Amino acid sequence: MARPIQDYKSRHNDASSKRFGTFSYLPEMNALAIRQQVQYIIDRGWDCAVEHVEPELAMSDYWYMWKLPMFGERNLDAIIAELTACRNANPGNLVRVIGYDNHRQTQGQSFVVYRGAA
Amino acid sequence: MSKNEYAAGVKAYRENYWEPSYTPRESDLLACFKIVAQDGVPREEAAAAVAAESSTGTWTTVWTDLLTDLDHYRGRAYRVEDVPADESAFYAFIAYPIDLFEEGSVVNVLTSLAGNVFGFKAIRSLRLEDLRFPLHYVMTCGGPPNGVTVERDKLNKYGRPLMGCTIKPKLGLSAKNYGRAVYECLRGGLDFTKDDENVNSQPFMRWRHRFEFVAKAVKSAEAETGERKGHYLNVTAGTVEEMYRRAEFAKELEMPIIMHDFFTAGFTANTSLANWCRNNGMLLHIHRAMHAVVDRNPYHGIHFRVLAKCLRLSGGDHLHAGTVVGKLEGDRDATLGWIDCMRESFIAEDRSRGIFFDQDFGHMPGMFPVASGGIHVWHMPALVAIFGDDAILQFGGGTLGHPWGNAAGAAANRTAMEACVKARNEGRDLENEAREILVEAGRHSPELEAAMETWKEVRFEFDVVDKLDMERSTRAS
Repeated sequence: MARPIQDYKSRHNDASSKRFGTFSYLPEMNALAIRQQVQYIIDRGWDCAVEHVEPELAMSDYWYMWKLPMFGERNLDAIIAELTACRNANPGNLVRVIGYDNHRQTQGQSFVVYRGAA
Repeated sequence: MSKNEYAAGVKAYRENYWEPSYTPRESDLLACFKIVAQDGVPREEAAAAVAAESSTGTWTTVWTDLLTDLDHYRGRAYRVEDVPADESAFYAFIAYPIDLFEEGSVVNVLTSLAGNVFGFKAIRSLRLEDLRFPLHYVMTCGGPPNGVTVERDKLNKYGRPLMGCTIKPKLGLSAKNYGRAVYECLRGGLDFTKDDENVNSQPFMRWRHRFEFVAKAVKSAEAETGERKGHYLNVTAGTVEEMYRRAEFAKELEMPIIMHDFFTAGFTANTSLANWCRNNGMLLHIHRAMHAVVDRNPYHGIHFRVLAKCLRLSGGDHLHAGTVVGKLEGDRDATLGWIDCMRESFIAEDRSRGIFFDQDFGHMPGMFPVASGGIHVWHMPALVAIFGDDAILQFGGGTLGHPWGNAAGAAANRTAMEACVKARNEGRDLENEAREILVEAGRHSPELEAAMETWKEVRFEFDVVDKLDMERSTRAS
């Protein structure tokens, strides 16, 4: 019993068609899901950082750094508090959390936590 | 030290090339061969013969042997071992002094180790199971032009496997129709699309036309989605001059990645192209057409883990690695062994994964293993569990065969992959909870639900031809 064919809803001039990397094909995460993903970064031994940018500049390599990466911070609530503070200060912006893996000199994780005011 | 006295004639190989007391040096290149000797040839003699024929020896003594210090140059068979549950064959371990090989040339290494010796009459069959390149030699090779971490930085993709799709039908599309298929896949959420290996520059679609239309597709999909995209533009050609011409044009079009078939084109061409990529900031995807001709027979040829190590030294940023779960050959533990050889800095000896030697790649970047061939959305949990983040999961039919088209197929796969990564990070068991994870994700994605309905029955459960010897023995007992 085949389903009727659906059109793929993505348009150049529609802001909601824009994607932002890992997890952007899933629904925006609730508070619990965000905590679980940040906890994963902590458990891997990576250092969290928060970055944000205006949606129209999302493709740029460098977003604004929110303060400094939180080297050695292992307290989940402290990291969530910075994500919230960044969003409150920049309500229209995309906010992402990064897990820096300094051993491999790469980002072990990076995903957009708040998708801006769109 | 041999005596400086010339005696013409034929000596038993083991007199010079079998040395069980030898302790391999750190700088030696080590090889493990699986040998089936001719009837009546003792193991030590067969192993010594392989050592001789793959290094300094020939069938008879020659006076010019005495003009050099053969003790310094000869390969030495230093150990023989039973193959588990197989009385017909045995393993021979051979150490070669590093001076036997030209720096930075896997071509030279393979010409010795996999050269005339494979046709040698005293041996019924021969397979090069594994090679240990000393770090001294690794340091003379260019390796991957970019490597996993640089590629992630260039593409801004972290914490998840990358997603690709080979455009089908493999042959016969016009350039513009081909570009359409590319655009649909990329706008649906894939990171990459790929030229099929057979696509070079045939009359139905000349390479320049393909490159032009594909570039438009890539740029349009990037603008639409806001994500970075690429298409592996196959620059494999009949001559290296033509290969370079195609690579240059890809660069002119500002495309991020090109593709090469290392085995049909050869290691020389591949190493040169890898150097070109390093000098031009281009990512390099490597396909492996023809590999199964030499690596599938358990008694003859070269094991894929050896080809993978050689390719890493020659240079490539991606290499096809099998899927374990799809339509192509590949045993799970053996696959884990060779993907380690592609990605890790140090790979420890582990017979349960078919790894015969410690291998140190030092600072050489790792490559992305590419899982491709007969995989679809139901395989996603297993693929994420087996390959982890640093891999490229490539769905051809599993994207293009979606009942609503390529974009929907791409979105289904991307959604399924992200759901699996999210679940894994939450501590869930992907392989045991596969169905629940996908069904949950499908509630928010009609594309994924339709994909799951389409492929729910497809399986590829054939026995693997080239099993690990250990596993063969477990099953036999």
